[in-house]
Amino acid sequence: MPHQVSVFAENKPGKISRITGILSDNGINIRAITISDQGDYGIIKLLLDKPQQGNDCLQAEGFASTLKDIVAIKIDDSPGGLHKAASLLSGENINVEDAYGFTIREKNLAVFVFQVADVTHTEKILQKAGFNIVSDNELYYI
Amino acid sequence: MFYQKEIETMEKKELENLQFERLKKALEAAASTPYYSRHFKENKIDISKITTLDHLQEIPFTSKNDLRLSYPDGMLAVPKSDIVRLHASSGTTGKSTVIFYTQKDIDNWASLVARSIYSTGARKEDTFQNMMGYGLFTGGLGLHYGAEKLGCLVIPSSTGNSLKQLQLMQDFQSSIIHITPSYALHLVEVIKENGIDPHDLNVKKAYFGAEPYSEATKEKLEEQWGLDAYNCYGLSEMNGPGVAMDCAHKTGMHIAEDYYIAEIINPETGERLPDGEEGELVLTHINREAMPIFRYRTRDLTRIIPEQCQCGKTHRRIERIKGRTDDMMIVGGVNVFPSQIESVLMNIPEVGNNYRIVLDREEGLDRMHIQVELYSKLFQGDMKALKNLNKEIVEKLRALIVINARIEFMEPGSLPPSEGKAKRVIDNREI
Repeated sequence: MPHQVSVFAENKPGKISRITGILSDNGINIRAITISDQGDYGIIKLLLDKPQQGNDCLQAEGFASTLKDIVAIKIDDSPGGLHKAASLLSGENINVEDAYGFTIREKNLAVFVFQVADVTHTEKILQKAGFNIVSDNELYYI
Repeated sequence: MFYQKEIETMEKKELENLQFERLKKALEAAASTPYYSRHFKENKIDISKITTLDHLQEIPFTSKNDLRLSYPDGMLAVPKSDIVRLHASSGTTGKSTVIFYTQKDIDNWASLVARSIYSTGARKEDTFQNMMGYGLFTGGLGLHYGAEKLGCLVIPSSTGNSLKQLQLMQDFQSSIIHITPSYALHLVEVIKENGIDPHDLNVKKAYFGAEPYSEATKEKLEEQWGLDAYNCYGLSEMNGPGVAMDCAHKTGMHIAEDYYIAEIINPETGERLPDGEEGELVLTHINREAMPIFRYRTRDLTRIIPEQCQCGKTHRRIERIKGRTDDMMIVGGVNVFPSQIESVLMNIPEVGNNYRIVLDREEGLDRMHIQVELYSKLFQGDMKALKNLNKEIVEKLRALIVINARIEFMEPGSLPPSEGKAKRVIDNREI
Protein backbone atom coordinates (compact mmCIF):
# COMPACT_ATOMS: atom_id res chain seq x y z
CA MET A 1 0.00 0.00 0.00
CA PRO A 2 1.47 3.36 -0.99
CA HIS A 3 2.14 6.24 1.36
CA GLN A 4 2.19 9.96 1.15
CA VAL A 5 4.03 12.26 3.53
CA SER A 6 1.76 14.79 5.23
CA VAL A 7 3.53 17.80 6.70
CA PHE A 8 2.03 20.40 8.97
CA ALA A 9 2.96 23.93 7.95
CA GLU A 10 2.06 27.40 9.10
CA ASN A 11 0.70 29.55 6.36
CA LYS A 12 3.78 31.73 5.91
CA PRO A 13 6.02 32.63 3.00
CA GLY A 14 8.98 30.31 2.48
CA LYS A 15 7.38 27.23 4.01
CA ILE A 16 7.27 25.16 0.83
CA SER A 17 10.78 26.07 -0.17
CA ARG A 18 12.09 24.94 3.22
CA ILE A 19 10.43 21.56 2.74
CA THR A 20 11.48 21.14 -0.87
CA GLY A 21 14.99 22.22 0.11
CA ILE A 22 15.29 19.50 2.76
CA LEU A 23 14.04 16.86 0.33
CA SER A 24 16.34 18.03 -2.43
CA ASP A 25 19.37 18.02 -0.11
CA ASN A 26 18.57 14.41 0.74
CA GLY A 27 18.16 13.35 -2.87
CA ILE A 28 14.47 12.67 -2.59
CA ASN A 29 12.27 13.17 -5.62
CA ILE A 30 8.80 14.69 -5.40
CA ARG A 31 6.21 12.97 -7.61
CA ALA A 32 3.32 15.21 -6.61
CA ILE A 33 2.55 17.93 -4.08
CA THR A 34 -0.75 19.39 -2.88
CA ILE A 35 -1.67 21.73 -0.06
CA SER A 36 -4.83 21.85 1.96
CA ASP A 37 -5.14 25.15 3.68
CA GLN A 38 -7.11 26.13 6.76
CA GLY A 39 -6.30 29.83 6.95
CA ASP A 40 -3.57 30.07 9.58
CA TYR A 41 -2.10 26.70 8.77
CA GLY A 42 -2.23 23.89 6.28
CA ILE A 43 -1.09 20.39 5.46
CA ILE A 44 1.33 19.85 2.63
CA LYS A 45 0.96 16.41 1.04
CA LEU A 46 3.90 14.97 -0.78
CA LEU A 47 4.18 11.92 -2.97
CA LEU A 48 7.85 11.01 -2.80
CA ASP A 49 9.99 8.33 -4.37
CA LYS A 50 11.34 7.51 -0.88
CA PRO A 51 8.48 8.33 1.50
CA GLN A 52 9.96 6.77 4.66
CA GLN A 53 13.27 8.53 4.23
CA GLY A 54 11.53 11.79 3.29
CA ASN A 55 9.40 11.63 6.40
CA ASP A 56 12.42 10.89 8.59
CA CYS A 57 14.44 13.80 7.33
CA LEU A 58 11.54 16.25 7.62
CA GLN A 59 10.98 15.13 11.22
CA ALA A 60 14.68 15.45 11.91
CA GLU A 61 14.45 19.07 10.79
CA GLY A 62 11.67 19.65 13.32
CA PHE A 63 8.61 19.34 11.11
CA ALA A 64 5.44 17.66 12.30
CA SER A 65 5.09 15.11 9.53
CA THR A 66 3.72 11.64 9.18
CA LEU A 67 3.24 8.83 6.68
CA LYS A 68 -0.33 8.32 5.57
CA ASP A 69 -1.79 5.31 3.76
CA ILE A 70 -3.35 6.22 0.45
CA VAL A 71 -5.11 4.54 -2.44
CA ALA A 72 -3.71 5.22 -5.90
CA ILE A 73 -5.23 4.12 -9.20
CA LYS A 74 -3.95 4.27 -12.71
CA ILE A 75 -6.38 5.31 -15.42
CA ASP A 76 -6.32 6.45 -19.02
CA ASP A 77 -5.82 10.15 -19.38
CA SER A 78 -9.17 10.73 -21.07
CA PRO A 79 -12.50 12.42 -20.18
CA GLY A 80 -14.61 10.53 -17.65
CA GLY A 81 -11.69 8.54 -16.26
CA LEU A 82 -11.92 9.94 -12.75
CA HIS A 83 -15.69 10.15 -12.82
CA LYS A 84 -16.03 6.37 -12.99
CA ALA A 85 -13.91 5.89 -9.90
CA ALA A 86 -15.60 8.68 -8.00
CA SER A 87 -19.10 7.34 -8.76
CA LEU A 88 -18.09 3.90 -7.63
CA LEU A 89 -16.79 5.17 -4.28
CA SER A 90 -19.84 7.35 -3.72
CA GLY A 91 -22.10 4.38 -4.53
CA GLU A 92 -20.24 2.38 -1.89
CA ASN A 93 -20.65 5.24 0.57
CA ILE A 94 -16.92 5.79 0.91
CA ASN A 95 -16.02 9.31 1.91
CA VAL A 96 -13.01 10.70 0.07
CA GLU A 97 -11.25 13.00 2.53
CA ASP A 98 -8.88 14.32 -0.05
CA ALA A 99 -7.92 13.52 -3.62
CA TYR A 100 -5.42 14.70 -6.15
CA GLY A 101 -3.94 13.46 -9.38
CA PHE A 102 -1.19 13.88 -11.86
CA THR A 103 -0.70 12.83 -15.44
CA ILE A 104 2.25 11.28 -17.18
CA ARG A 105 2.22 12.67 -20.71
CA GLU A 106 4.59 10.26 -22.40
CA LYS A 107 2.59 7.28 -21.16
CA ASN A 108 -0.80 9.01 -21.66
CA LEU A 109 -1.56 7.92 -18.14
CA ALA A 110 -3.18 9.55 -15.12
CA VAL A 111 -2.68 8.61 -11.50
CA PHE A 112 -5.27 9.50 -8.92
CA VAL A 113 -4.61 9.44 -5.22
CA PHE A 114 -7.38 9.14 -2.65
CA GLN A 115 -7.24 9.67 1.05
CA VAL A 116 -9.93 7.55 2.72
CA ALA A 117 -10.61 6.17 6.18
CA ASP A 118 -10.24 2.49 5.24
CA VAL A 119 -7.58 2.06 2.58
CA THR A 120 -7.70 -1.76 2.31
CA HIS A 121 -11.46 -1.84 1.88
CA THR A 122 -11.37 0.91 -0.75
CA GLU A 123 -8.59 -0.85 -2.66
CA LYS A 124 -10.67 -4.05 -2.73
CA ILE A 125 -13.73 -2.27 -4.10
CA LEU A 126 -11.76 -0.52 -6.81
CA GLN A 127 -9.93 -3.70 -7.72
CA LYS A 128 -13.19 -5.65 -7.99
CA ALA A 129 -14.56 -2.99 -10.34
CA GLY A 130 -11.54 -3.47 -12.57
CA PHE A 131 -9.46 -0.47 -11.59
CA ASN A 132 -5.73 -0.73 -11.77
CA ILE A 133 -4.40 -0.23 -8.24
CA VAL A 134 -0.90 1.12 -8.08
CA SER A 135 1.40 -0.61 -5.63
CA ASP A 136 3.82 1.44 -3.57
CA ASN A 137 6.98 0.67 -5.49
CA GLU A 138 5.24 1.18 -8.80
CA LEU A 139 3.92 4.55 -7.67
CA TYR A 140 7.24 5.87 -6.46
CA TYR A 141 9.07 4.93 -9.66
CA ILE A 142 6.38 5.65 -12.21
CA MET B 1 -25.52 64.37 48.67
CA PHE B 2 -25.76 61.54 51.17
CA TYR B 3 -27.84 58.41 51.00
CA GLN B 4 -26.97 57.31 54.53
CA LYS B 5 -25.53 60.49 56.00
CA GLU B 6 -24.85 59.12 59.46
CA ILE B 7 -22.71 56.27 58.18
CA GLU B 8 -21.07 58.11 55.32
CA THR B 9 -19.89 60.99 57.47
CA MET B 10 -19.16 59.02 60.63
CA GLU B 11 -16.17 60.24 62.64
CA LYS B 12 -13.05 58.09 62.29
CA LYS B 13 -13.17 56.78 65.84
CA GLU B 14 -16.81 55.91 65.61
CA LEU B 15 -16.29 54.20 62.25
CA GLU B 16 -13.47 52.16 63.75
CA ASN B 17 -15.72 51.11 66.61
CA LEU B 18 -18.34 49.98 64.12
CA GLN B 19 -15.71 48.10 62.13
CA PHE B 20 -14.42 46.35 65.23
CA GLU B 21 -17.89 45.38 66.37
CA ARG B 22 -18.65 43.91 62.94
CA LEU B 23 -15.25 42.24 62.73
CA LYS B 24 -15.89 40.44 66.03
CA LYS B 25 -19.22 39.20 64.79
CA ALA B 26 -17.73 38.06 61.51
CA LEU B 27 -14.93 36.21 63.33
CA GLU B 28 -17.41 34.40 65.54
CA ALA B 29 -19.46 33.38 62.52
CA ALA B 30 -16.36 32.28 60.62
CA ALA B 31 -15.18 30.12 63.52
CA SER B 32 -18.09 27.80 62.76
CA THR B 33 -17.01 27.22 59.15
CA PRO B 34 -14.85 24.21 58.22
CA TYR B 35 -12.25 26.39 56.54
CA TYR B 36 -11.76 29.13 59.14
CA SER B 37 -12.09 26.87 62.18
CA ARG B 38 -9.14 24.88 60.84
CA HIS B 39 -7.33 28.01 59.67
CA PHE B 40 -7.63 29.63 63.13
CA LYS B 41 -6.56 26.43 64.87
CA GLU B 42 -3.54 25.84 62.63
CA ASN B 43 -2.39 29.42 63.08
CA LYS B 44 -3.14 29.38 66.83
CA ILE B 45 -5.60 32.26 66.56
CA ASP B 46 -7.78 32.71 69.59
CA ILE B 47 -10.51 35.03 68.37
CA SER B 48 -11.40 36.03 71.93
CA LYS B 49 -7.94 37.63 72.11
CA ILE B 50 -8.72 39.93 69.20
CA THR B 51 -9.67 42.98 71.19
CA THR B 52 -8.66 45.85 68.92
CA LEU B 53 -8.94 46.56 65.21
CA ASP B 54 -5.16 46.35 65.00
CA HIS B 55 -5.23 42.69 66.05
CA LEU B 56 -6.66 41.93 62.62
CA GLN B 57 -3.04 41.80 61.48
CA GLU B 58 -2.55 38.60 63.44
CA ILE B 59 -4.92 36.76 61.15
CA PRO B 60 -3.14 35.25 58.14
CA PHE B 61 -4.20 36.29 54.66
CA THR B 62 -6.86 34.51 52.64
CA SER B 63 -5.95 33.90 49.01
CA LYS B 64 -7.89 32.92 45.94
CA ASN B 65 -6.36 29.49 46.35
CA ASP B 66 -7.84 29.21 49.85
CA LEU B 67 -11.25 29.89 48.33
CA ARG B 68 -10.59 27.19 45.78
CA LEU B 69 -9.53 24.73 48.47
CA SER B 70 -12.72 25.39 50.39
CA TYR B 71 -14.84 24.81 47.27
CA PRO B 72 -17.78 24.53 47.22
CA ASP B 73 -18.94 25.55 50.69
CA GLY B 74 -16.06 25.31 53.16
CA MET B 75 -16.41 28.98 54.10
CA LEU B 76 -20.16 28.96 54.44
CA ALA B 77 -21.23 30.38 57.82
CA VAL B 78 -25.01 29.88 57.62
CA PRO B 79 -27.26 26.85 57.00
CA LYS B 80 -27.61 26.09 53.30
CA SER B 81 -31.32 26.81 53.42
CA ASP B 82 -30.55 30.45 54.27
CA ILE B 83 -28.60 31.05 51.06
CA VAL B 84 -30.53 32.74 48.30
CA ARG B 85 -27.86 33.33 45.69
CA LEU B 86 -24.38 32.42 44.56
CA HIS B 87 -21.93 34.07 42.22
CA ALA B 88 -18.71 32.61 40.92
CA SER B 89 -15.52 33.68 39.30
CA SER B 90 -12.86 31.55 37.75
CA GLY B 91 -10.05 30.13 39.84
CA THR B 92 -6.42 29.91 38.82
CA THR B 93 -6.33 26.20 38.21
CA GLY B 94 -9.78 25.22 37.18
CA LYS B 95 -12.16 25.27 40.11
CA SER B 96 -14.31 28.35 40.45
CA THR B 97 -14.38 30.48 43.54
CA VAL B 98 -17.95 30.64 44.74
CA ILE B 99 -19.52 33.33 46.89
CA PHE B 100 -22.81 32.82 48.73
CA TYR B 101 -25.35 35.40 49.85
CA THR B 102 -28.28 35.32 52.25
CA GLN B 103 -31.30 37.53 51.63
CA LYS B 104 -29.85 40.05 54.06
CA ASP B 105 -26.52 40.00 52.19
CA ILE B 106 -28.28 40.71 48.91
CA ASP B 107 -30.22 43.56 50.53
CA ASN B 108 -27.07 44.99 52.09
CA TRP B 109 -25.20 44.76 48.83
CA ALA B 110 -28.04 46.51 47.00
CA SER B 111 -28.08 49.29 49.64
CA LEU B 112 -24.34 49.69 49.32
CA VAL B 113 -24.52 50.00 45.54
CA ALA B 114 -27.49 52.39 45.84
CA ARG B 115 -25.46 54.53 48.23
CA SER B 116 -22.40 54.45 45.98
CA ILE B 117 -24.23 55.56 42.86
CA TYR B 118 -26.21 58.14 44.85
CA SER B 119 -22.85 59.78 45.63
CA THR B 120 -22.24 60.20 41.92
CA GLY B 121 -25.54 62.04 41.61
CA ALA B 122 -27.83 59.16 40.58
CA ARG B 123 -31.43 59.64 41.71
CA LYS B 124 -34.70 57.74 41.53
CA GLU B 125 -35.72 59.79 38.49
CA ASP B 126 -32.84 58.31 36.45
CA THR B 127 -33.13 55.64 33.80
CA PHE B 128 -30.29 53.20 34.23
CA GLN B 129 -29.27 51.13 31.23
CA ASN B 130 -27.24 48.17 32.43
CA MET B 131 -25.04 46.99 29.57
CA MET B 132 -23.04 44.55 31.68
CA GLY B 133 -23.17 40.79 31.54
CA TYR B 134 -25.69 39.13 33.81
CA GLY B 135 -25.02 35.72 35.25
CA LEU B 136 -22.34 34.26 37.50
CA PHE B 137 -20.37 37.47 37.03
CA THR B 138 -21.33 39.99 39.73
CA GLY B 139 -21.13 43.21 37.68
CA GLY B 140 -24.51 43.05 35.97
CA LEU B 141 -26.70 41.90 38.84
CA GLY B 142 -24.82 43.97 41.45
CA LEU B 143 -25.56 47.30 39.80
CA HIS B 144 -29.00 46.14 38.73
CA TYR B 145 -30.14 45.55 42.31
CA GLY B 146 -28.47 48.72 43.56
CA ALA B 147 -30.04 50.98 40.95
CA GLU B 148 -33.41 49.34 41.52
CA LYS B 149 -33.07 49.86 45.26
CA LEU B 150 -32.42 53.53 44.65
CA GLY B 151 -35.59 53.62 42.59
CA CYS B 152 -34.17 54.14 39.12
CA LEU B 153 -35.87 52.66 36.09
CA VAL B 154 -33.49 49.81 35.28
CA ILE B 155 -33.13 48.50 31.73
CA PRO B 156 -31.39 45.11 31.92
CA SER B 157 -30.13 45.29 28.35
CA SER B 158 -26.93 43.31 29.10
CA THR B 159 -24.07 43.15 26.59
CA GLY B 160 -24.00 43.39 22.80
CA ASN B 161 -26.62 44.20 20.17
CA SER B 162 -25.53 47.80 19.68
CA LEU B 163 -28.50 49.00 17.61
CA LYS B 164 -30.92 47.71 20.22
CA GLN B 165 -28.89 49.47 22.92
CA LEU B 166 -29.12 52.70 20.98
CA GLN B 167 -32.84 52.33 20.46
CA LEU B 168 -33.40 51.72 24.19
CA MET B 169 -31.28 54.75 25.00
CA GLN B 170 -33.38 56.91 22.72
CA ASP B 171 -36.82 55.52 23.50
CA PHE B 172 -36.42 55.54 27.29
CA GLN B 173 -34.06 58.51 27.57
CA SER B 174 -31.46 56.55 29.51
CA SER B 175 -29.51 58.95 31.70
CA ILE B 176 -26.98 56.54 33.23
CA ILE B 177 -25.16 53.68 31.54
CA HIS B 178 -23.16 50.87 33.12
CA ILE B 179 -20.75 49.55 30.56
CA THR B 180 -17.23 48.24 30.03
CA PRO B 181 -14.94 50.95 28.67
CA SER B 182 -14.08 48.85 25.63
CA TYR B 183 -17.72 48.42 24.71
CA ALA B 184 -18.33 52.13 25.32
CA LEU B 185 -15.60 52.90 22.76
CA HIS B 186 -17.31 50.71 20.21
CA LEU B 187 -20.86 51.79 20.93
CA VAL B 188 -20.08 55.48 20.53
CA GLU B 189 -18.80 54.72 17.02
CA VAL B 190 -21.98 52.81 16.17
CA ILE B 191 -24.04 55.75 17.40
CA LYS B 192 -22.11 58.17 15.19
CA GLU B 193 -22.36 55.81 12.19
CA ASN B 194 -26.13 55.98 12.60
CA GLY B 195 -26.03 59.72 12.15
CA ILE B 196 -26.62 60.52 15.81
CA ASP B 197 -24.51 62.92 17.82
CA PRO B 198 -23.87 61.15 21.15
CA HIS B 199 -24.06 64.54 22.86
CA ASP B 200 -27.72 64.77 21.80
CA LEU B 201 -28.57 61.63 23.79
CA ASN B 202 -29.81 61.97 27.35
CA VAL B 203 -26.89 59.94 28.78
CA LYS B 204 -25.26 62.00 31.54
CA LYS B 205 -23.27 59.46 33.49
CA ALA B 206 -21.37 56.26 32.87
CA TYR B 207 -20.09 53.71 35.36
CA PHE B 208 -17.09 51.89 34.04
CA GLY B 209 -16.00 48.60 35.46
CA ALA B 210 -14.99 44.98 34.89
CA GLU B 211 -11.74 45.75 33.08
CA PRO B 212 -8.68 47.94 33.52
CA TYR B 213 -8.43 51.15 31.53
CA SER B 214 -6.34 54.27 31.57
CA GLU B 215 -7.27 57.75 32.73
CA ALA B 216 -6.72 58.88 29.12
CA THR B 217 -9.35 56.42 27.86
CA LYS B 218 -11.78 57.61 30.48
CA GLU B 219 -11.30 61.22 29.42
CA LYS B 220 -11.63 60.31 25.75
CA LEU B 221 -14.91 58.51 26.46
CA GLU B 222 -16.26 61.40 28.51
CA GLU B 223 -15.49 63.73 25.63
CA GLN B 224 -16.91 61.47 22.90
CA TRP B 225 -20.11 60.67 24.75
CA GLY B 226 -20.50 64.00 26.48
CA LEU B 227 -20.91 62.50 29.94
CA ASP B 228 -19.25 62.12 33.33
CA ALA B 229 -17.62 58.77 33.95
CA TYR B 230 -17.13 57.26 37.40
CA ASN B 231 -14.75 54.50 38.37
CA CYS B 232 -16.29 51.56 40.12
CA TYR B 233 -14.27 48.90 41.92
CA GLY B 234 -15.33 45.52 43.14
CA LEU B 235 -14.50 41.83 43.06
CA SER B 236 -16.78 38.88 43.50
CA GLU B 237 -14.96 37.66 46.61
CA MET B 238 -16.05 40.90 48.29
CA ASN B 239 -19.61 40.80 46.79
CA GLY B 240 -18.87 42.49 43.50
CA PRO B 241 -19.26 46.14 42.53
CA GLY B 242 -19.70 48.64 45.36
CA VAL B 243 -16.49 47.93 47.28
CA ALA B 244 -15.22 51.37 46.28
CA MET B 245 -16.57 54.01 43.94
CA ASP B 246 -15.92 57.55 42.79
CA CYS B 247 -18.14 60.22 44.27
CA ALA B 248 -19.26 63.30 42.34
CA HIS B 249 -15.80 64.83 42.82
CA LYS B 250 -14.11 61.99 40.93
CA THR B 251 -10.90 62.21 42.95
CA GLY B 252 -10.57 58.61 44.07
CA MET B 253 -12.93 55.78 44.98
CA HIS B 254 -14.39 55.82 48.50
CA ILE B 255 -14.09 52.42 50.15
CA ALA B 256 -17.29 51.41 51.93
CA GLU B 257 -15.56 51.23 55.30
CA ASP B 258 -18.65 50.08 57.15
CA TYR B 259 -18.58 46.92 54.97
CA TYR B 260 -14.86 46.43 54.46
CA ILE B 261 -11.61 46.87 56.29
CA ALA B 262 -9.00 47.90 53.76
CA GLU B 263 -5.26 47.49 54.19
CA ILE B 264 -2.39 48.13 51.84
CA ILE B 265 0.49 45.68 52.09
CA ASN B 266 3.85 45.14 50.54
CA PRO B 267 3.06 42.23 48.19
CA GLU B 268 6.50 40.70 48.71
CA THR B 269 6.69 40.75 52.50
CA GLY B 270 3.02 40.97 53.46
CA GLU B 271 3.87 43.87 55.76
CA ARG B 272 1.22 46.57 56.20
CA LEU B 273 2.01 49.93 54.61
CA PRO B 274 0.90 53.36 55.84
CA ASP B 275 -1.81 55.32 54.02
CA GLY B 276 -0.43 57.03 50.93
CA GLU B 277 2.00 54.27 49.99
CA GLU B 278 1.36 52.07 47.01
CA GLY B 279 0.94 48.33 47.49
CA GLU B 280 -1.53 45.48 47.29
CA LEU B 281 -5.06 46.04 48.50
CA VAL B 282 -6.17 43.56 51.16
CA LEU B 283 -9.83 43.48 52.12
CA THR B 284 -11.82 42.02 54.98
CA HIS B 285 -15.56 41.67 54.51
CA ILE B 286 -17.23 42.49 57.84
CA ASN B 287 -20.83 42.74 56.70
CA ARG B 288 -21.73 39.46 55.03
CA GLU B 289 -23.55 36.74 56.93
CA ALA B 290 -23.16 33.89 54.49
CA MET B 291 -19.46 34.14 53.91
CA PRO B 292 -17.10 36.27 55.96
CA ILE B 293 -13.63 36.54 54.40
CA PHE B 294 -10.65 37.96 56.27
CA ARG B 295 -7.67 39.76 54.78
CA TYR B 296 -8.32 38.72 51.21
CA ARG B 297 -5.41 39.39 48.91
CA THR B 298 -6.97 41.14 45.93
CA ARG B 299 -3.68 41.23 43.96
CA ASP B 300 -4.73 44.72 42.87
CA LEU B 301 -2.19 47.51 43.26
CA THR B 302 -3.29 50.90 44.54
CA ARG B 303 -2.77 53.35 47.40
CA ILE B 304 -5.04 54.81 50.03
CA ILE B 305 -5.45 58.56 49.66
CA PRO B 306 -4.89 59.92 53.19
CA GLU B 307 -6.58 63.31 52.71
CA GLN B 308 -10.28 63.73 53.27
CA CYS B 309 -12.47 64.23 50.20
CA GLN B 310 -14.27 67.53 49.60
CA CYS B 311 -17.58 65.68 49.40
CA GLY B 312 -17.63 65.29 53.17
CA LYS B 313 -17.56 61.50 53.30
CA THR B 314 -15.19 60.24 55.96
CA HIS B 315 -14.63 56.89 54.25
CA ARG B 316 -11.16 56.85 52.80
CA ARG B 317 -10.46 56.69 49.10
CA ILE B 318 -8.27 54.45 46.97
CA GLU B 319 -6.71 55.47 43.70
CA ARG B 320 -7.65 53.78 40.47
CA ILE B 321 -6.11 50.32 40.21
CA LYS B 322 -2.57 50.55 38.84
CA GLY B 323 -2.02 46.91 37.99
CA ARG B 324 -1.82 43.42 39.43
CA THR B 325 0.70 41.47 41.40
CA ASP B 326 -0.09 38.28 39.49
CA ASP B 327 -0.56 37.40 35.84
CA MET B 328 -4.35 37.54 35.81
CA MET B 329 -5.83 38.82 32.56
CA ILE B 330 -9.26 40.38 32.21
CA VAL B 331 -10.82 39.36 28.92
CA GLY B 332 -14.28 40.66 28.15
CA GLY B 333 -14.82 41.15 31.89
CA VAL B 334 -13.81 37.57 32.69
CA ASN B 335 -10.82 36.89 34.90
CA VAL B 336 -8.44 34.48 33.24
CA PHE B 337 -5.09 33.13 34.35
CA PRO B 338 -2.54 31.77 31.87
CA SER B 339 -2.29 28.72 34.15
CA GLN B 340 -5.91 27.83 33.36
CA ILE B 341 -5.19 27.80 29.65
CA GLU B 342 -2.03 25.84 30.28
CA SER B 343 -3.95 23.24 32.27
CA VAL B 344 -6.21 22.60 29.28
CA LEU B 345 -3.39 22.45 26.74
CA MET B 346 -1.18 20.20 28.85
CA ASN B 347 -3.92 17.59 28.98
CA ILE B 348 -4.08 17.32 25.21
CA PRO B 349 -1.33 14.98 24.04
CA GLU B 350 -1.32 16.17 20.42
CA VAL B 351 -0.06 19.62 21.36
CA GLY B 352 3.38 20.51 22.64
CA ASN B 353 4.46 22.46 25.71
CA ASN B 354 4.73 25.81 24.07
CA TYR B 355 1.89 28.21 23.68
CA ARG B 356 1.24 31.93 23.44
CA ILE B 357 -1.88 33.88 24.31
CA VAL B 358 -2.62 36.86 22.07
CA LEU B 359 -5.25 39.38 23.11
CA ASP B 360 -6.79 41.77 20.62
CA ARG B 361 -9.75 44.06 20.53
CA GLU B 362 -12.13 44.03 17.57
CA GLU B 363 -15.11 46.36 17.48
CA GLY B 364 -14.79 46.99 21.16
CA LEU B 365 -14.84 43.32 22.07
CA ASP B 366 -11.93 41.36 23.44
CA ARG B 367 -10.68 38.44 21.40
CA MET B 368 -8.38 35.73 22.61
CA HIS B 369 -6.30 33.73 20.25
CA ILE B 370 -3.96 31.02 21.36
CA GLN B 371 -0.99 29.86 19.38
CA VAL B 372 -0.02 26.34 20.24
CA GLU B 373 2.68 24.10 18.83
CA LEU B 374 1.76 20.68 17.54
CA TYR B 375 3.58 17.74 19.04
CA SER B 376 5.30 16.21 16.01
CA LYS B 377 5.16 12.60 17.18
CA LEU B 378 1.37 12.63 17.41
CA PHE B 379 0.65 14.50 14.20
CA GLN B 380 -1.93 12.50 12.29
CA GLY B 381 -1.47 14.12 8.93
CA ASP B 382 -5.00 15.02 8.04
CA MET B 383 -7.05 18.15 8.21
CA LYS B 384 -10.09 16.50 9.73
CA ALA B 385 -8.08 15.39 12.73
CA LEU B 386 -6.63 18.89 13.10
CA LYS B 387 -10.08 20.46 12.91
CA ASN B 388 -11.37 18.06 15.55
CA LEU B 389 -8.40 18.79 17.75
CA ASN B 390 -9.01 22.50 17.31
CA LYS B 391 -12.64 22.07 18.27
CA GLU B 392 -11.73 19.96 21.29
CA ILE B 393 -9.39 22.66 22.62
CA VAL B 394 -11.92 25.44 21.96
CA GLU B 395 -14.65 23.53 23.80
CA LYS B 396 -12.48 22.62 26.77
CA LEU B 397 -11.38 26.23 27.13
CA ARG B 398 -14.92 27.48 26.84
CA ALA B 399 -16.03 25.10 29.56
CA LEU B 400 -13.29 26.34 31.87
CA ILE B 401 -12.92 30.05 31.20
CA VAL B 402 -16.17 30.89 29.39
CA ILE B 403 -14.27 32.46 26.50
CA ASN B 404 -14.37 31.48 22.85
CA ALA B 405 -10.74 31.45 21.89
CA ARG B 406 -9.37 30.97 18.41
CA ILE B 407 -6.71 28.28 18.27
CA GLU B 408 -3.84 28.60 15.87
CA PHE B 409 -1.61 25.58 15.45
CA MET B 410 2.07 26.26 15.04
CA GLU B 411 4.99 24.17 13.86
CA PRO B 412 7.05 22.53 16.58
CA GLY B 413 9.83 24.82 17.76
CA SER B 414 8.36 28.00 16.32
CA LEU B 415 7.42 29.59 19.67
CA PRO B 416 9.91 30.73 22.30
CA PRO B 417 10.82 27.80 24.57
CA SER B 418 8.94 27.33 27.84
CA GLU B 419 12.08 27.53 29.97
CA GLY B 420 12.87 30.79 31.62
CA LYS B 421 10.60 33.77 31.52
CA ALA B 422 9.04 33.26 28.13
CA LYS B 423 6.45 35.90 27.38
CA ARG B 424 3.25 33.91 27.32
CA VAL B 425 0.81 36.73 26.86
CA ILE B 426 0.82 39.34 24.13
CA ASP B 427 -1.74 42.00 24.83
CA ASN B 428 -2.43 44.14 21.77
CA ARG B 429 -5.49 45.79 23.27
CA GLU B 430 -5.15 49.52 23.46
CA ILE B 431 -7.14 51.10 26.18
